Amino acid sequence: MSKQEFTITVYTENQIGLLNRIAIIFSRRKINIESLNTSPSEVESVHRFTIVINETEDVVRKLCRQIEKQVEVLKAYYNTNEELVWQELALYKVPTDVIAEKVKVERLLRQYGAKAVVIRKDYTVFETAGHREEIDTLIKALEPYGLIEFVRSARVAIIKASKGFHEKLKEFDQAEPAEEVIENEFLDKQDEVFTM
Amino acid sequence: MSNSTILDAAETKKQVAEAPKTISGSQAVLEAFLAEGVDTIFGYPGGAIMPIYDALYDYTDRLEHILVRHEQGGIHAGQGYARASGRVGVVFATSGPGATNLVTGLADAMIDSTPLVCVTGQVFAHLLGTDAFQETDVINITTPVTKWNYQVTDATEIPSVLAKAFYIAKTGRPGPVLIDITKNAQLQMFEYSGYTPCNHIRSYKPKPTVRKEYIVEAAKLINEAKKPFVIFGQGVILGRAEKEFKAFIEKTGLPAAWTIMGMSAIPTDHPLGVGMLGMHGNYAPNVLTNECDVLIAVGMRFDDRVTGRLDKYAKQAQVIHFDIDPAEIDKNVKSAVPVWGDCKETLPLLTDLLEKRDHSEWLAKFRELEKKEVEEVINEELNPSTEILTMGEVLKVLNELTDGNAIIATDVGQHQMVACRYAKYNNTMSNVTSGGLGTMGFGLPAAIGAKYGAPDKTVVAIIGDGGFQMTIQELGTIMQFGAAVKILILNNQFLGMVRQWQQLFHDKRYSFVNITSPDYVQVAKGYGIEGKKIDQRADLKNAVKTMLDHDGAYLLEVMVGKENNVFPMVPQGCGVSEIRLK
Ligand SMILES: Cc1ncc(C[n+]2csc(CCOP(=O)(O)OP(=O)(O)O)c2C)c(N)n1
Repeated sequence: MSKQEFTITVYTENQIGLLNRIAIIFSRRKINIESLNTSPSEVESVHRFTIVINETEDVVRKLCRQIEKQVEVLKAYYNTNEELVWQELALYKVPTDVIAEKVKVERLLRQYGAKAVVIRKDYTVFETAGHREEIDTLIKALEPYGLIEFVRSARVAIIKASKGFHEKLKEFDQAEPAEEVIENEFLDKQDEVFTM
Repeated sequence: MSNSTILDAAETKKQVAEAPKTISGSQAVLEAFLAEGVDTIFGYPGGAIMPIYDALYDYTDRLEHILVRHEQGGIHAGQGYARASGRVGVVFATSGPGATNLVTGLADAMIDSTPLVCVTGQVFAHLLGTDAFQETDVINITTPVTKWNYQVTDATEIPSVLAKAFYIAKTGRPGPVLIDITKNAQLQMFEYSGYTPCNHIRSYKPKPTVRKEYIVEAAKLINEAKKPFVIFGQGVILGRAEKEFKAFIEKTGLPAAWTIMGMSAIPTDHPLGVGMLGMHGNYAPNVLTNECDVLIAVGMRFDDRVTGRLDKYAKQAQVIHFDIDPAEIDKNVKSAVPVWGDCKETLPLLTDLLEKRDHSEWLAKFRELEKKEVEEVINEELNPSTEILTMGEVLKVLNELTDGNAIIATDVGQHQMVACRYAKYNNTMSNVTSGGLGTMGFGLPAAIGAKYGAPDKTVVAIIGDGGFQMTIQELGTIMQFGAAVKILILNNQFLGMVRQWQQLFHDKRYSFVNITSPDYVQVAKGYGIEGKKIDQRADLKNAVKTMLDHDGAYLLEVMVGKENNVFPMVPQGCGVSEIRLK
């Protein structure tokens, strides 16, 4: 199995120390986290982590189970890029005089879908949102004009097939574990069954 | 961030109707212990936990506190208590060095799924992060080695946090929990309205819903199997499913082998028991792992010491894996049929679906290979032809005298492997050993804890001359509190297990494995513990008998062969069927 980019979405309680508990699941296997974002989710009181790593699916599945095992984690999903709508946000600071003189700012904004957030005498800050490659091409475009500062945010991602967490949460809110033995059709869908 | 999740847990149950009274955070800790049925605490005081110790002064009629000699001893004792009793072990330590001394025991309990609640003192909340005296970031240090941990800075949280701690420690796959309580919270007075045990945490599902179709599938595979083989681990003991497990293997006569952690779940002389798996396990179960057609794993996690080389492990077999922890399913060995659940529930469902088959021919195959091991290894170990004493014959004598009814706590090394290979067990929860972490220094304090956990049992600690010197200070605990632990030192004057590897794999370059010992009998005497040292076969039986009959703790040192090796052995990097008999 070859490595590829996976996005892991983790629904959690809002608890101090949980970020560390999740992060060490990667670091103990010497896996680099490409990007990590924490934010609220569609459900009030439930937090959402978005973690991007480059790994084989086999490893990602094991990581998700180990994440899900943490007491304060409700659910961990993993997805390939095709299964997601995702964005990163980037800010670029460039000297205003150079930009004004040498670059057709208007063309720049249009071509890269960028936006000027701040324009001052000494510098201008542009913003773009998009996929990594789009952000990178704007860096390339601005570099010759003296990019003073650059920063890119972590990825945020929406799972195309997801119905959200509102319904799912009801399963977690049941006070008692279900006693009955469930018969179902999932025999060949181990991954779906073996999550909580 | 909020503590709403913690309160949620408590709110799902009605608060116990009790008129509110004002108590301190420290008292709330002890009230929680009483409500949880705690009877014994292993601990060591210090500045940051003094308010709790002060409160304890008024609870000594209801809670027994054992003052250990080192916090590592305290936590291993807590583990021994938990392993021998099936209950949660409780440990106290102060902040800073007290708390960091717990780390080895936490790691050990984590990997061996031992339920513990450890309470550490912490500096005042306003000093957190300031490098205050005896401040360490205990929560972050212990995160990788705890099932859950939490820092309390406000006393009102204590009842619900401790309720959560006990619930998490003992449910699902058990494990250690650490609660760090700042000194101000211990001192803080608050309105206490009773203790409500926790039975639900929204984000935590300790008990999976059983999926019947997997059990049907598993039964189908087993019913069709020609050479089914059951391997089981501590899950059977932790799930208290010994009876269900026995019924399962007995229904259709399935040969069953245990991991070191599963040992004693069924009596070692059970007619279907075929021995111990793993690097120094028995010959037959290792070899036949690679011959069975269906491998049924119950409550075990395919540790590398059990599997040897994974790409040469049971490749011919269809694997059925019963486990309560979904993270174990397919982690090391891919299963054809995963049965996620509590084996106390899943096994009876499976047993119901099994059809009676005759596997006697297949079982005979185990017995045949067993004979080979007896001839080539076991006979010489138990009835040596030379004058030099072997560890195995000491175990043989011990078995004769205890008749398999003692709890045996071991340390780590050759003596551990020999003890687990040869000890006879009739009762569950009788083998207290550090399996996953292999912690030298575990044996003596764990035996002390086991004695408190099972006071009516004879507890024998089998320890090497190396490991004994790692936690020898706990003799002081025995001296002061009188735990009647029988200490059996098997002295080979080497760090034997490491020496064995140096002999076999490093051209006998004995690099720092030669270890000297003090006069242990004198040392014991200094602690008021009787003892004896022997090096003659003729004295062995009497000496072991004297040790067992002695009223109270006793130390027996047996000088054994210096360069004896433990065999069979699956060399590192080899498949299980490449196990060597010499
Ligand atoms: C805390 C710790 N340090 C080091 C080791 C590595 N180790 C494993 S077995 C062993 C030798 C143990 O010697 P001894 O206690 O004399 O027992 P023997 O093997 O001779 O029976 C060592 C050093 C360990 N398991 N634990």
